[in-house]
Amino acid sequence: MVSIRSIPSTPSSLTHLDLQWIIKHREDRCTLCGRCTSVCPKEAIFLTYRRQRMPKLDILKKKRSSEYRTFTGIRQRTEPANRCIGCGMCATVCPNEAIGPEPNPNDPRVRLLQNHQGEAWKRGGRRNFRETLLDRIIFNRISMLTDPALDAGRHEFELNTLLGRVLSPEEYLRRKATGEWIPPVREIFPFVIGSMSFGALSPNMWLGLLQGVAYCNEVLGIPVVMATGEGGCPPWVLKSPYLKYIILQIASGYFGWDEIIRAIPDMQCDPAAIEIKYGQGAKPGDGGLLMWFKVSKLIARLRCVPEGVDLPSPPVHQTLYSIEESVMKMIQSLSMAWGFRVPVYPKISGSTSAKSVLNNLVRNPYASALMIDGVDGGTGAAYNVSMDATGHPIASNLRECYLDLVAQGKQNEIPLFAAGGVGKNGNVTQNGMALIMLGASGVHIGKYIMQSAAGCLGSEQNRCNVCNIGICPKGITSQNVKLYRRLDPDQVAERVADTFMAISTEMKKIMAPLGRSQSLPIGMSDAIGIDDAAAAERLQIKYIC
Amino acid sequence: MCRLALKTASKPFSPYDVLTAMEAMQEGYDGSGLGLILRGVKFTDFTYRGQDPILSGIAHTEAAYHRLDGFMQDRGFQLKYDHEFEVDFSGIEAQDRHKYFLQVYKLPAAWSSYDENEIERQLMLTRLELRRNGEDNGGDLTVFSFWPDVATIKEVGWPLGIGDALHLNDNRIKARVVMAQGRQNTNYGINLYACHPFFIQGIATMTNGENTAYVPIKELLTGMHYPGYIGYQSDSEVFTHILHYVYKQLRLPLETYKHVITPLKTEELNMHPQGDFLKGLRNACRRFIIDGPNCVIGSLPDETCIMVQDHKKLRPGTVGGKKGEWAMASEMCGVDAMIPDRDRSQDFQPMRENTVIIPPDRKEMKIWSQFDPYPLPQVA
Repeated sequence: MVSIRSIPSTPSSLTHLDLQWIIKHREDRCTLCGRCTSVCPKEAIFLTYRRQRMPKLDILKKKRSSEYRTFTGIRQRTEPANRCIGCGMCATVCPNEAIGPEPNPNDPRVRLLQNHQGEAWKRGGRRNFRETLLDRIIFNRISMLTDPALDAGRHEFELNTLLGRVLSPEEYLRRKATGEWIPPVREIFPFVIGSMSFGALSPNMWLGLLQGVAYCNEVLGIPVVMATGEGGCPPWVLKSPYLKYIILQIASGYFGWDEIIRAIPDMQCDPAAIEIKYGQGAKPGDGGLLMWFKVSKLIARLRCVPEGVDLPSPPVHQTLYSIEESVMKMIQSLSMAWGFRVPVYPKISGSTSAKSVLNNLVRNPYASALMIDGVDGGTGAAYNVSMDATGHPIASNLRECYLDLVAQGKQNEIPLFAAGGVGKNGNVTQNGMALIMLGASGVHIGKYIMQSAAGCLGSEQNRCNVCNIGICPKGITSQNVKLYRRLDPDQVAERVADTFMAISTEMKKIMAPLGRSQSLPIGMSDAIGIDDAAAAERLQIKYIC
Repeated sequence: MCRLALKTASKPFSPYDVLTAMEAMQEGYDGSGLGLILRGVKFTDFTYRGQDPILSGIAHTEAAYHRLDGFMQDRGFQLKYDHEFEVDFSGIEAQDRHKYFLQVYKLPAAWSSYDENEIERQLMLTRLELRRNGEDNGGDLTVFSFWPDVATIKEVGWPLGIGDALHLNDNRIKARVVMAQGRQNTNYGINLYACHPFFIQGIATMTNGENTAYVPIKELLTGMHYPGYIGYQSDSEVFTHILHYVYKQLRLPLETYKHVITPLKTEELNMHPQGDFLKGLRNACRRFIIDGPNCVIGSLPDETCIMVQDHKKLRPGTVGGKKGEWAMASEMCGVDAMIPDRDRSQDFQPMRENTVIIPPDRKEMKIWSQFDPYPLPQVA
């Protein structure tokens, strides 16, 4: 009997069976090369000597004894700080397929112990919830009876959308006749690379995305734009002809805007648009957060802050009293900064109050669009509770706003953009087109493009999701050169092009059977259905079964 | 498949001529309905002055017919002529038809102070009120148009059969422009109001094909809260309302219709002499982009007739004729039936960028292309 005091049991004691991911190691295949232990971003595993007793019984000599075998093996740490995150880098580097994480089908108790020293669980990534209503919306108004469906491969398709305030026809004609200001409008691809800051992403990831976006625009003719997120934009981009593919974001910390404003005189072209971030779907009520791990020398310079300090942006724009005032002042002053040639729009988190923001924008002649980010959106760093349980799903929020515009006859004037969970299970075009038919003019994709273009390992099963602490094993969200040199910008660019080419083909495959090719089917709600009567009623689309 | 026929001639002709063209095009349609719009109307029994409005519709019961009388009298309209169709009710499928009416009214004296716009508005509101009146009374009164020099007949059934039942070949009514469409809409319910051509304030259009962008367009029109933009028993009614919006409300040249419903692509507009203006117009009217496949045939109060195709040009449409007499039809045999003695080599089938316009003088057909300069001097 082992003495009870020698059992290492504390309230926080865990076994490897309590972790979410369990390392499976096959000793018979292991070469003891040690690559897995050195690559593990969490130092969750280590090589160790182990001893195994080999009982020995010699009946003739009536003698009992034991022999001991010593061997080298892999052990998994059980402290929450070193828990395995399931990224699988060990499996990636193993020459013999001897190791890899497996999801624990039992109750992973480690969840209960992620708050040591009173710190609530913070992480990066996404909401740990796999289901999405968008996956269940299907396109079912197929042109059959009076007209044959179109040929996705041969017909010409107009896939682009508009970003910018569109005047009513009467007002357009009046202003054109009097020579007054016509708000700027951009013709863009409806799948936008959503806001991910230069601090959140590694320099190689950012470069790869930008190269890919430029290739899509200049070679493939797909006018993709990408948004910077808070934290500015590298000066070499600001002064380059590629700025026209960039949506610059200003958020409550105003990080990076010194550089931007100073660069205005040297800009070769205008940015695609300016996004004013009031909220984010993944963490409504929180400002941006760049944890100190990621504030490198370059980031510090760009954001005009010291190196290695946490950079939490306030939850709201502190200089402003109310959203009405904020919308009015910020939209106008940012429009003015570029001579009213650049669309300026707010981004808010999905909320039951989204309609009041929208109605405010309808009456603001400078507001160019509204971007609504739903609860399934991703983020570089946030509290787990914010990510999992705060926010509003995008589908009903967007639909409500769209129908509100329809009732006012303004649906062509203020384009709505939607985000939050588009492509979370890989069905990016289907999810995006469903939102477009519910009334979005376009969608923003963040997590999907990280997964598709850079091989991000994160998932809704809490795999990886450590973007916040700068240890991204793929080098996508790290500022550590040892990590981000793993990511080749050229290969990211190639994958960006692959992704957008595929999306555009899939869009045609969706539009052709519906008989649509001449304009993006925004608000074509008669074309979609869902197998949930309550959702169908809420979204005012058909219930199908 | 819908069949469309329009004939326009300087000399009034019987609408039955157009029905024979419908018969020629019978292959492929199900004969589920007929809609006829006549302009430049001549009655044998009555000398019609072009400016008096004609009320067209069907009273399904005697009570409805009397109610209609009272309604019009209450509003100060004076009945000048009530056309009596010699109806053979055995030739009509529907059982609940009491009287097909084409009534010529004199405007109320109280309207004498109204300007032209106000009179047009009041005529539309009167029609809508009558329509509601019928709907509120179990659908016993159907009103198609109330407008000077426009007569409308709509009925469910085989077009030629309806023409025979109404004795349209008796030459008691003639017209300079006749639009006819056969077939009820198939994607929505059978309803007299769902029958083309659709009409609003002097503008009439009819269409073949399916309007795949129907819901977003309808939502935009409905959101304008303009009293006449109602109905939508058919997905094609929006084509009429878009033309009305562009031509009557925005007061843009007729050619603009094509630029609104099927705008050119950005790269094409970049080369266009008025590309900047047209790009802005495209953005402003973006929700009116039709996605077809449709051929739209229309006519205006001054008897101008037009034909346009959607961008994909997946629906047939031919225009042919000679000086003083032109025909538009969804099938070539329809044009043949209406004007057999024309030079067929001059027939024209508009392509995706064309608008065919037959001006009121009917001297020649004007083929206009979207790539041509846009005829609005202010934007040149």
